[in-house]
Amino acid sequence: MLLSPYPTTGERIRVTLLWLWCGLVMLFLLVPILIPVPLSFNSGAFFIFPLEGLSTRWYEVVLGTQRWQSAIGNSLIVAFGTTLIATTLGTLTAIALSDEKFPGRRIIMPLLLSPLIVPVVITAVGSYLFYARVGLASTYAGIILAHTALASPFVVVTVGASLTGFDRNLMRAAAISGARPLTSFFRVMLPLILPGVLSGAAFAFVTSFDEVVVVQFLASASQRTMPLEMFIGLREKLSPAITAAATLMMALSIILLVVANLLARRGRKASNR
Amino acid sequence: MSALQPSELDRPTLARDRSAADADLKSVSAALRRAEFGDRLRSLALAAPLLVLLALSFGIPIVLLLSRAVYDPTIADALPKTTKALAGWNGQGLPGDDTLAALATDLKDTKAKGTAYELAKSLNARLPGARSQVLKTVRKLESADGQAALDALKSVPFWSAPATWPAIRSGTHSLTSFYLLSALDLRWNADGGIERVPPEQAIFIQVFLRTFLVAASVTLATLILGFPLAYLIANVPKGLAAILIVAVLLPFWTSILVRTAAWTVLLQKFGLVNDFLLFIGIVSDRLDLMYSRIGLIIAMTHIQLPFTLLPIYSVMRTIPPSQMKAAYSLGARPFTAFRRIYIPQVFPGVMAGCLLTFILCLGYYITPALIGGASDQLISNFIANYVNVELNWEMAAALSFILLVFTLALFGIFARILGLDRLKLV
Repeated sequence: MLLSPYPTTGERIRVTLLWLWCGLVMLFLLVPILIPVPLSFNSGAFFIFPLEGLSTRWYEVVLGTQRWQSAIGNSLIVAFGTTLIATTLGTLTAIALSDEKFPGRRIIMPLLLSPLIVPVVITAVGSYLFYARVGLASTYAGIILAHTALASPFVVVTVGASLTGFDRNLMRAAAISGARPLTSFFRVMLPLILPGVLSGAAFAFVTSFDEVVVVQFLASASQRTMPLEMFIGLREKLSPAITAAATLMMALSIILLVVANLLARRGRKASNR
Repeated sequence: MSALQPSELDRPTLARDRSAADADLKSVSAALRRAEFGDRLRSLALAAPLLVLLALSFGIPIVLLLSRAVYDPTIADALPKTTKALAGWNGQGLPGDDTLAALATDLKDTKAKGTAYELAKSLNARLPGARSQVLKTVRKLESADGQAALDALKSVPFWSAPATWPAIRSGTHSLTSFYLLSALDLRWNADGGIERVPPEQAIFIQVFLRTFLVAASVTLATLILGFPLAYLIANVPKGLAAILIVAVLLPFWTSILVRTAAWTVLLQKFGLVNDFLLFIGIVSDRLDLMYSRIGLIIAMTHIQLPFTLLPIYSVMRTIPPSQMKAAYSLGARPFTAFRRIYIPQVFPGVMAGCLLTFILCLGYYITPALIGGASDQLISNFIANYVNVELNWEMAAALSFILLVFTLALFGIFARILGLDRLKLV
């Protein structure tokens, strides 16, 4: 479609140049995220190609030493806690907002999205100031609360998208048939919007699992998460263990987000039928 | 509701008394209103938990932080008697001996209350060099009382310097514009006007300009790299487009920290970028890319590229290729057709992508902290530094205040002109 049926020389040159430029841009996009993968299997301690030899020793460091293990554990605690709260409350809010008569929808939506817009350092410093006062700094609950603020917009947006085509008459039909509101939610609405909810949950999980700035301010030494351990490692000394940790984190986020996007697409398609 | 027209309700009531029909109608609409009100309440109740949680975990912290920028009771709390005594001072020359005596008592008390360091730090922010003077005076006053204390106070020339007392007095008002002005390199002068601080103290305007400059460079770079790629993806067959989009999304889905880590590996002196540059012969000596502006901009461009590209692509996808063909067939040269047919239509997408990238760049923290050198730290890094190292919450709050104003203003423009719908990238 780029070339017309009878291309002129000028057109051919332009399209070739476009392809060349785009090829370089693709390299720029992909090489940096692919490079840590082979380096993480390097048996040497330097970031130099060719690799000195293949080994999984850096993965053994990340998965086998106490420091990294507790970081992985902390990351999972925080991410699961955040996912649970953000998904539950975000889904309820999305259902409420999907009602066109909901009062103040146009004010609430930007407010809900604001955690994505406010620079994360401001969120982190503010949380540190307030949470320290109410005794939530250096607690899992504090980190989970702060992460929930960052993660819930994703849930509200994805569940909201899967609700746009949801036929509210189904709920009325269930009510007329004698179902109580909770029953009709669990047996009629939830199954239909489930792809959207699951995809929101995956977004929430990744948001929390990848987050480092808030954790940096709120966590004590015993609550260091994997990204924080990486951040500290990058500042102090560059060890190949970081490439292994980065590869693991990248793999987890990409898998979860692929799943999330497939589910979100399915949710939208199902609800648009 | 509106579906129930009065005329329809009237029909079956013809035989009945008119007033009874009216009463029926009223009770029906009242019942409907009640039901509707109940629905709204239920909706509100569903949204309430998250709204309350966000207010607690996000709203209050930010308001509290911002309030620190304009509310600083440290000096008034540490010097209560001086504050009272200064209320009668006309601001000319030096205050009287009674004020000095009040100050001597207050300073002695700070030792017992443990507020001496706080006071010294807060005063030092207004009067550079005040920290050591305050602490020295507090030490001197330790073993002095009454007249001896007053004499001890007077023996420190700092307390009779002309700049000292206006600074103390301005600090005794708990509400202060001092930090916000400082964050813009401004201050009140002795005549009650606003002036620039001396050049050797002015740092923040430079930091803001640097932040804007880096954000603008990154936005421009993402546009130059992203626009042609978006155009290509929008105009190749579907299958190929899907592959190319995945290639854009893979880095997009990788966390900023992981990508920054990848760039720290690549940008090392003996890293791959330098290897490559040497190999193709552009440079003859290895460059210092880590801890440099150029390294920072390269890494930030990589992270922001999908944010610029995706909105542009989503607009380009909707432009039918037949329009350009029509323009050609009407005799337009390629550049003219591109400028007059294509660009006006993709403009909203370009604006959305560039604004989004610019806004996000203003708040960058991780990448400058890890890749930038000392002279590449952006405003977020200064905020973090004031909290972590200097323990100066007021200054961190004032810088946050100004950063937030810029961010929200730009976001307001974004939402106003382009609509919030363009924000979704999932």
